[in-house]
Amino acid sequence: MIRFERVSKRYPNGREALSELNLEIADGEMVFLTGRSGAGKSSVLKLIALLERPTRGLVVVNGQNTGKLPLRRVPLFRRQIGIVLQDHRLLMDRPVFDNVALPLIVADTSFKEIDRRVRAALDQVGLLGKERVAPLELSVGEQQRVGIARAIVSKPTLLVADEPTGNLDAALAGEVMGLFRRFNDVGVTVVVATHDQHLVDTSGRRQIVLEDGRLLAAAH
Amino acid sequence: MASISNWAARHGHALISSGGHLARHGFATTLTVIVMGLALALPLSLDVLVRNVRGVTGDFSDAVGMSVYLKAQVSEQSARQLAQNLKGHAGVANVTLITAAQALEEFRAQSGFGAALDALTDNPLPNVIAIRPTADASSPGQLETLRRAVAAWPEVDSVQLDSDWLLRFDAMLELLLRTLWITAALLGAGVIAVVGNTIRLEIRSRSAEIDVTQLVGGSRAFVRRPFLYTGVLYGLLAGAIAWGIVAAARLSLAPSVARLAAAYGQHFELEGPSTRELGYLALAGLVLGWIGAALASAREIARSGPGNG
Repeated sequence: MIRFERVSKRYPNGREALSELNLEIADGEMVFLTGRSGAGKSSVLKLIALLERPTRGLVVVNGQNTGKLPLRRVPLFRRQIGIVLQDHRLLMDRPVFDNVALPLIVADTSFKEIDRRVRAALDQVGLLGKERVAPLELSVGEQQRVGIARAIVSKPTLLVADEPTGNLDAALAGEVMGLFRRFNDVGVTVVVATHDQHLVDTSGRRQIVLEDGRLLAAAH
Repeated sequence: MASISNWAARHGHALISSGGHLARHGFATTLTVIVMGLALALPLSLDVLVRNVRGVTGDFSDAVGMSVYLKAQVSEQSARQLAQNLKGHAGVANVTLITAAQALEEFRAQSGFGAALDALTDNPLPNVIAIRPTADASSPGQLETLRRAVAAWPEVDSVQLDSDWLLRFDAMLELLLRTLWITAALLGAGVIAVVGNTIRLEIRSRSAEIDVTQLVGGSRAFVRRPFLYTGVLYGLLAGAIAWGIVAAARLSLAPSVARLAAAYGQHFELEGPSTRELGYLALAGLVLGWIGAALASAREIARSGPGNG
């Protein structure tokens, strides 16, 4: 599903976020990317979601060499991936429904189908009935769940999440992790970057530890 | 079928959301549209002016003709003969003989110099033949040929074309028309600049939304679509404003024009923009708005898209 071969990423400011990184994540797997801030967790996720391209090396996602993907194909590629970010990036001037519907709208889905799938996604994150509510009226945890609903509404085969529990207390974080595990149970590959070691330890899933842009350990 | 109706629904959605956005920012929209409308109104009013002037001179086009002044010694008898001959001339539609006696009578009646004229022993006026050419022989070149042919006759003193001023006037209209095109081109570029800048600012103010849209797989075309529609709407609204300005100008000028025409003993009504001009106006607004928006969005959105790194 995801394969990194000797991947290096150097940003325009000269900082090398990843150097010669090799890693592999199998289809249907759920893995945690851990490590200190600046270890390269976010960079790995950005390379997977093609928010960035590798400076050197090979990144293969869903059988696609992302380094070779032409710019105009990037949107199609990204529609196969659900992306959850720490600052959930909701559109605050739009109701919940519009936010969750966005990935379907850009993919030219019919209105009927959008309506059905947005409700299904909101149901999965426990927010059914909040369609017309503005994000600002929701709690932080609920906002994050709207972001997750948006990430899964187009039924992606791969879900990547960057510090999805960063702003949440332990109980809410546990809830969100529970959601990810449920998606993983139905076959979605899930990659979560987090520095919440407790969550990782209690999950019983594989963790990939990064340090200074290199693989430190790939322990179970 | 389904994909076509989806496509139409998307475009309808983009159009409506663009319209809603403009309506929500009513004040800014109004200012922009007024600037653009003024820019479109100037060439439109020039066009309407040219058309009105053409309409006036068109009324005079049947006044094209020439006056043949015969030499003083030519008798009325031979003048009649000449007029008869001219009737058979190619390109001549109508010939009117104004004899010296008739001319004197007319002058006496209209000038008020009756007593002074009585003092004259001889009629100082010559016989004149007025020629009106056929419609297909009324071009300046053909008229000149006819004038030369007639002027060569021994009985003829001089021939005067009645249409000289019309030709000059036509040249002036031509100049005005050129001015119109130059004005239209310059102000059209101005309209593009105004739309472009407005859309550029709008794209910047909505960069968060654009980022998220691209994050979830929105194509560049999808992101640009509402901005292109915004540009087109700006253009169409500006066209409507321009039309309103010219229509209002026509209304406010109408009484003065009517008085002027009445002073010349004419009935003349200023015409407003025609349906065709309205169509061109809408088309111009649409195209200029689209170009401005396309230029701005191509530049701005190319820069803000993730995945470029």
